[in-house]
Amino acid sequence: MLVVTALAIVRLRNLFAVAMLSGVFSLLSALLFVAMDAVDVAFTEAAVGAGISTVLVLGTLALTSRVEKPASHSPLLPLFVVFVTGAVLIYGTLDMPNFGSADAPAMTHVAPDYLKRTPEEIDVPNVVTAILASYRGYDTMGETAVVFTAGIGVLLLMSGLRRRREDDDDDDDDADADAQGAEEEGGVY
Amino acid sequence: MGDSATFEFVVGHANYWLFSVLMMTGLYVVVARGNLVKKIVGLNMFQTSVFMLYISMGRVDGGTAPIFPVDMEIDPAVIYSNPLPHVLILTAIVVGIATTALGLSLIIRIREEFGTIEEDDILVAERILAAEDDKAHGEAMGGRT
Repeated sequence: MLVVTALAIVRLRNLFAVAMLSGVFSLLSALLFVAMDAVDVAFTEAAVGAGISTVLVLGTLALTSRVEKPASHSPLLPLFVVFVTGAVLIYGTLDMPNFGSADAPAMTHVAPDYLKRTPEEIDVPNVVTAILASYRGYDTMGETAVVFTAGIGVLLLMSGLRRRREDDDDDDDDADADAQGAEEEGGVY
Repeated sequence: MGDSATFEFVVGHANYWLFSVLMMTGLYVVVARGNLVKKIVGLNMFQTSVFMLYISMGRVDGGTAPIFPVDMEIDPAVIYSNPLPHVLILTAIVVGIATTALGLSLIIRIREEFGTIEEDDILVAERILAAEDDKAHGEAMGGRT
């Protein structure tokens, strides 16, 4: 289903449908996260991926255009690049441990340690919360800094928008007034 | 014997292959499509499949979500999945939405400046602008006229 949604996103030209389908894609991936026992990630993905980012894309569409133009160049070169990259990625997975195996390298390093020490040191039932806020608190602080920077960037980029719009409108009004004045003058003479 | 081992290998790796396919679909949208909004959507798809790859690495057979009972009476027989990828991906999701927001606002500015969000049209407009610049300032800069 994820693959079908992804292919539909590739094919569709209507950007409104693309925005909606990307929300669907996020929701489906959230379901997959639940199936893989990652509930915290699932609800973040559902809220952020399916909620906020769809709203942001729709807002952008409202301010820009809604239909994509057909591609002007041939898709052969991108397809070639994509297939080569995909083949390399799949070749890389051949050495990976089987899905769900408990003796994978990712399971044997720090993860059991976190699981063992969280009840003693942090005393929070949710281990993900404990790691996020305590063991890896610096990561979270860095994340906040990134979000803050991005927020400032968005504000700076968008701040002049309304003012410039109003300027444009004023110009239009002036032009209208001129046109009207010309008509009236034309009427008098 | 050999057949069952192959089967186990394929089933154990099908998740990685699925995520690679999704990743490459996202990459294709980013590379081949000219529309900037669609590029951002493709980038999000790419990102989400990387998240799925990480989460699938943290999964243990017969495991459950890494949340202890509220009374903290932990049964040692229960297997919990790896919480570390979950934490990393939570951070990544939030950073991802920040970059998406920044990219979309950049698109809005580009649309204001050039009147289009198609890459080809933007390239044409830029070439015209550069030619005008050359005409206006080329001589003063000691180069083309």
